[in-house]
Amino acid sequence: MNESLFTPFITPTVLGLPAAVLVILFPPLLIPTSKHFINNRLIIIQQWLIRLILKQMMTTHNAKGRTWSLMLTSLIIFIASTNLLGLLPYSFTPTTQLSMNLAMAIPLWASTVAMGLRFKAKITLTHLLPQGTPTPLIPMLIIIETVSLFIQPLALAVRLTANITAGHLLMHLIGSSALAMLAINLPLTLITLTILTLLTILETAIALIQAYVFTLLVSLYLHDNS
Amino acid sequence: MASVGECPAPVPVKDKKLLEVKLGELPSWILMRDFSPSGIFGAFQRGYYRYYNKYINVKKGSISGITMVLACYVLFSYSFSYKHLKTPAGRSWAISEGNSQEGVV
Repeated sequence: MNESLFTPFITPTVLGLPAAVLVILFPPLLIPTSKHFINNRLIIIQQWLIRLILKQMMTTHNAKGRTWSLMLTSLIIFIASTNLLGLLPYSFTPTTQLSMNLAMAIPLWASTVAMGLRFKAKITLTHLLPQGTPTPLIPMLIIIETVSLFIQPLALAVRLTANITAGHLLMHLIGSSALAMLAINLPLTLITLTILTLLTILETAIALIQAYVFTLLVSLYLHDNS
Repeated sequence: MASVGECPAPVPVKDKKLLEVKLGELPSWILMRDFSPSGIFGAFQRGYYRYYNKYINVKKGSISGITMVLACYVLFSYSFSYKHLKTPAGRSWAISEGNSQEGVV
């Protein structure tokens, strides 16, 4: 049973070559670009979505922060499309691999911090100490704030990995239990199948929400530092 | 019967489309295709635009355009994970190459 629980998360290989690259490169095929003014329905829907995301996310930033719009928009679209494609049967979700999420989180977080230190060094350093702390507590609080700063990329990556992995695992377990109970006890199977349906709806929501949260937090770190 | 405007000179084998190649000419047709990286990339690009212009880039495209792609993606992923799915769950003492543990459900 252990082996079958882990099989959805194995990186696909073909004769030893990682096919994970192909799987990661698949979502852009579903997002066409267009040079025309009037487009087909798929492009119209996607352009509307991108405008919505852009407006929602970039209004709180100043001019310097808005140079990040392309990065953040493509980030949220990538994470959302990868998570949603992972809900299809037998597909491989790259965001379940901690390596990939760390590779996304650490450079983004580090560049927000580097931007803050480069352009507003004094203000970035003063962020380490909340206003109005009593004097004896200052050394301890600075250490705490520094630790919380360094935990941010780890939290970003682990949050995304854990949420998506846990959701997939739960669906796998409940689905296989429903299948096993089919021969034994039919009403219980129906209840389990209802739970599975609800869980699938939840997973769809989570796929989108995780993308949103990831991008929102990066944008928040950017706002602090720009 | 040749129509009036048809040119009588034979088209070279290399430029024929696949359905117009006669069976005897098939090996030479395959050998003459462009298998360089840019040739393969061009083939993928042509295929992509053929599908795109037929099913998606139309005035009233429906959801089936993208559903066909997702169905192919599911089949593709299934073929990738076929090796792991061959042994039924809970019986990993069946002869499989990687794992030889004796696990029971």
